[in-house]
Amino acid sequence: MAKITAKTKVKAAKPKTKPGKTAKTQTASAKSEPPKAMVTVYIMGKAHKVPADATIMGAIEYAGYQIKRGAGCREGFCGACATVYRLPGDYKIYTGMACMTLVQDGMWLSQLPAIPSQKPVYDLDKLEPNVAVFQKLYPEVFRCVACNTCTKACPQDLEVMDYIQAAKQGNIEKVMDLSFDCLSCGLCAIRCPAEIVHFNVGILARRLYGKYLRKNSDHLDKMLKNVKSKKYDAAYKEMMKMKKDELKKKYYARDSE
Amino acid sequence: MYPDYMHDSLKKVDETRQKRLELERSGKNVFPPMTAEEREDVLNKFHPDYKPESRRQVHIGPNKGELLTTEVADILESHSRIESKLFDLTTPDYETDILIVGAGGAGCAAAIIARQNGAQSIISTKLRMGDANSMMSQGGMQAAVTEKDSPTIHYLDALGGGHFDNKPDLVRALTEDGPEVVKWLEDLGVVWDKNPDGSMYVLHGGGTSRKRMHSCRDYTGAIIMRTLMDEVRNHPDDIKVLEFMPTVELIMDDKGRCAGGILYNMETEEYFTVKAKAVIIATGGYGRLHIRGFDTTNHYGATGDGLVIAYRAGAKLMYMDSVQYHPTGSVFPEQIAGFLITEKIRGAGGQPINKFGELFVWPREPRDVESASFIRECLERKNGIQTPSGRWGVWLDSPLIEIIQGDGYMNKNFPAMYRQFIRYNIDITKEPMLVYPSLHYQNGGVEINDHCETNVKGLYVAGEASGGVHGRNRLMGNSVLDYNVFGRRAGKFAAGYAKSAPIGKLSLEHITAYENELKKAKIKTDRVAPVLLPLYTSDEVKKRQLTAHYEGTLR
Ligand SMILES: Cc1cc2nc3c(=O)[nH]c(=O)nc-3n(C[C@H](O)[C@H](O)[C@H](O)COP(=O)(O)OP(=O)(O)OC[C@H]3O[C@@H](n4cnc5c(N)ncnc54)[C@H](O)[C@@H]3O)c2cc1C
Ligand code: SF4
Ligand code: SF4
Ligand code: FES
Repeated sequence: MAKITAKTKVKAAKPKTKPGKTAKTQTASAKSEPPKAMVTVYIMGKAHKVPADATIMGAIEYAGYQIKRGAGCREGFCGACATVYRLPGDYKIYTGMACMTLVQDGMWLSQLPAIPSQKPVYDLDKLEPNVAVFQKLYPEVFRCVACNTCTKACPQDLEVMDYIQAAKQGNIEKVMDLSFDCLSCGLCAIRCPAEIVHFNVGILARRLYGKYLRKNSDHLDKMLKNVKSKKYDAAYKEMMKMKKDELKKKYYARDSE
Repeated sequence: MYPDYMHDSLKKVDETRQKRLELERSGKNVFPPMTAEEREDVLNKFHPDYKPESRRQVHIGPNKGELLTTEVADILESHSRIESKLFDLTTPDYETDILIVGAGGAGCAAAIIARQNGAQSIISTKLRMGDANSMMSQGGMQAAVTEKDSPTIHYLDALGGGHFDNKPDLVRALTEDGPEVVKWLEDLGVVWDKNPDGSMYVLHGGGTSRKRMHSCRDYTGAIIMRTLMDEVRNHPDDIKVLEFMPTVELIMDDKGRCAGGILYNMETEEYFTVKAKAVIIATGGYGRLHIRGFDTTNHYGATGDGLVIAYRAGAKLMYMDSVQYHPTGSVFPEQIAGFLITEKIRGAGGQPINKFGELFVWPREPRDVESASFIRECLERKNGIQTPSGRWGVWLDSPLIEIIQGDGYMNKNFPAMYRQFIRYNIDITKEPMLVYPSLHYQNGGVEINDHCETNVKGLYVAGEASGGVHGRNRLMGNSVLDYNVFGRRAGKFAAGYAKSAPIGKLSLEHITAYENELKKAKIKTDRVAPVLLPLYTSDEVKKRQLTAHYEGTLR
C-alpha cells in the first residue's frame, strides 16, 4: 500500500465573493468568475498569464489551447495528461498529472502527448505466475539499477522501484499491491535508465494475481451454479408479470441487510 | 484547507459526530428513509429534471413530439459534420465484421466476446482506448453473490431505484448475468476486494437491500478497464483499435441496415469510411454537455455522440428526459469541482450533514432522491455552506468512517479520494468533504432489447449510450455491471448476426434526408453534432479568435 503524501501542497484560495451571496441554481460558474490572482506560466516555452489557482490542464485551456491529446478522465485515473516541468531557479525536472497539479509562477511546462512503450502480446491462459514470466516477457526488468528515479517521478507516490524489484523476485502479490493505483501515465518509463515500462509490468502482475493467485470465493461459485440451473427462473417470471402497483408494494415491503 | 469562515460549521460537525456514531452503531437507520410520497414530493420540487425549462419538445426524428432534456434536443436538432455527396462509398477504407464505436468498458468487452464468437472488429474511439467513464468508476459493481442475496432481489432493487420504468427483460439480463460477470472478470485477472477467506468483500450502495457492491479499492473502473484493454491488445490481428478517430456518422445500406461508419481523424482532419456487417455503439454518456450548467464527473469525451448518429439513422431513444445528478460531487476546492465522491463513502458510514452538524436525509436514498434533498437543504432551507466561488454544498462526514471501520481504512480503501484532497491540505480522515450534486449519468439512451438490438437492423448499442436498463434513475454499481453484461451480449449477438448478414449498396441517404427534415421543420441553427469535445477556452481568448475563413487544416 502506498503511503500517500501531499506533493504539492497549496494554500486554500481566499474567498472571491463574500459568503452568503445567494445563488439561484448551482452552475459551473467558475469559468465566468473574473479571476483575481494571476501567474505566468510557460506552456511549451510560450508565456501565458493564467489564474494562480488553476490546474495545469485548466491553465492550458484558459490560454486558448483545445486539448486533443493530453486529457482523458480529467480526474486522475486515466494517465492521459502526463506533464513535465521546471521551476525558476531550480535545476530539477518535475513530473505531474496536468489535471491534478496546480500551476506555479514561472513554471515551464510541456505535456507528453504519448509515451512509447512496449507491450508483448500474450495468452494469459498459458502463463504461469512465477518469475519466469517476467524473464520471458519483460527481460529488461532485470536491468534495473535501483536508482529510484521511477519512484521519484511517480505522480501517485507509488513505490515504483520496489515493485520492479518485487517483479525480479517473482513476488507477484507484492507487484500487484504496490502497483495497484498506477495510472499508466508513463512518467516512470521515460525517466528510467533501464528502459523498463513499469506500468505494463504492473498490469501483467495484477492479471496474474487476479487469475491464478487469488483465493476462490465459494459463495460466488454456488451462485453461479444456481443461476445455471435456472433456479431463479420462476421468481423472475412471476415478477416480470407483476403490475407496477404490485411491484411497488413488494419493493417498499422488502427487508434490508 | 477550508477558509476560516467555514470553521464554525466544521466545529458543529465535530461536536455532533459522537452522537451520530452511536446512532450508526445502534444498527438502526440513522435517519428515517422517505416514503414513496415524500420521495415524489422532493423530486418534484427540487430535482433539476422537474424544472420546466429543463425539457423541450424535439421536432424531428424517431422521437418527434416527445419532451427531451433540452441539451439533448439541441444536439439532435443539429447539422451533420459531413456533406454526404463528397463520400465515395464504393471503395471503403476499412472492412470488418463489426465496427465498435467507443473503446470504454462496453466497447472493449464487446470486442473480446465478439472475437470469441468468431468476429473481427474495428474499434473507433475518440481519445485513447480507455479514456472513458469506465476508467473512472471508484465505488464498484453490483452483482448478487452472497447467501443472503439473489439475482431476483437485485432485480427488485434495480426496478425500485428506476421508479419501475426499467424494461423488465433488460433488468433480468443485468441481474442474472451479474455473478457470471464477476467470475469472467476475475478470470481475466481483475483483482477484486476479498475477505481473508476468499469470499467477495461486498458493501451497500444507495438503494440496495443487500450488500452486493464489489470493488477494487477505489480504482474499480481503472482496474477493470486496464484488464479489458490489455486483453484487447493481446489480439491485434482480430481487433484493430483506431484512436483519436471518432465515428461521426453511421453508414447504412440500401435496405436500411446499418453497415458501417464515417470516422474522423481529429488530428489530420481526414475522414475514413468503414464497411461493417454490424455496428455496436458504445459511446457512453453526455456529461460534457454540462446540462443545466452543472459541473460533471464525466471524462473529456462524454458528449452524447452515439445518440446523435443513431438518431439520424432512425434509432429510437428511450428516457432521454431524465438526467442523473450524483448527490456527492465535490464543490471545494474549486479545482476539483464536480469530481465524484464515490457513493461508497456513504456505504462505509459517511453521513451527509448540514451546516449545523445535523443529519437531514437517510444516506442511502436512491440517487435522484438524495440529490434533490441536498438541493432542498441548500437552496430552500439555506442550511448549506457556500464556497468562495459561490457554489453551495453540504458536508459529507468522512472522518466517521475511520472511527467505524478502523484506522487506516481510508488509505486502504479510498486512496484515490484521499489523494485528491490531501493535495489541497484537506485530510478527509480528519475533516469532512463539501459536496453538491454533479452531472453524472445518462439514464436513458438508444432503446435496446436484451440482445442489445435496436429498431435499426444491424445496429447494436451497449453501456451508458443505451436506454431502458435503469429506467429513469440508475443505482450505483449497476452501470459497471451494465457495460459488462451488455457489452458482452452486444459482442455475442452482433457476431452471430454478422456471420450471415447481407450488405447491400452503401449509402448516406439518411444524412441528406435528416438535413431535409431539419429544413422542413424550419429549424435554423448553426449547431453541429456530434459535439466531440467541449470548449473550455477563456472568454478573453475567444474574443480574439477572429479568423473569418478557415483554410486547410490550420485553425
Ligand atoms: C467518475 C465516475 C465514477 C463512476 N462510478 C461508478 C461506480 O462506482 N459504479 C458504477 O456502476 N458506475 C459508475 N460510473 C458510471 C460508469 O462508469 C459508466 O456509466 C460506464 O463506465 C459507461 O461505460 P461505457 O462503456 O458505456 O462508456 P464509456 O466508458 O464512457 O466509454 C465510451 C467511450 O466512447 C468514446 N466515444 C465517445 N464518442 C465517440 C465517438 N463519436 N466515436 C468513437 N468513440 C467515442 C469515449 O471517448 C469513450 O472512450 C461512474 C462514472 C463516472 C464518470
Ligand atoms: S505509470 Fe509509473 S509514474 Fe505513472 S502512475 Fe504508474 S508507476 Fe507511477
Ligand atoms: S528508474 Fe528504472 S533503473 Fe531506476 S530504479 Fe526505477 S526501474 Fe530501476
Ligand atoms: S486526464 Fe486522466 S489522469 Fe489526468
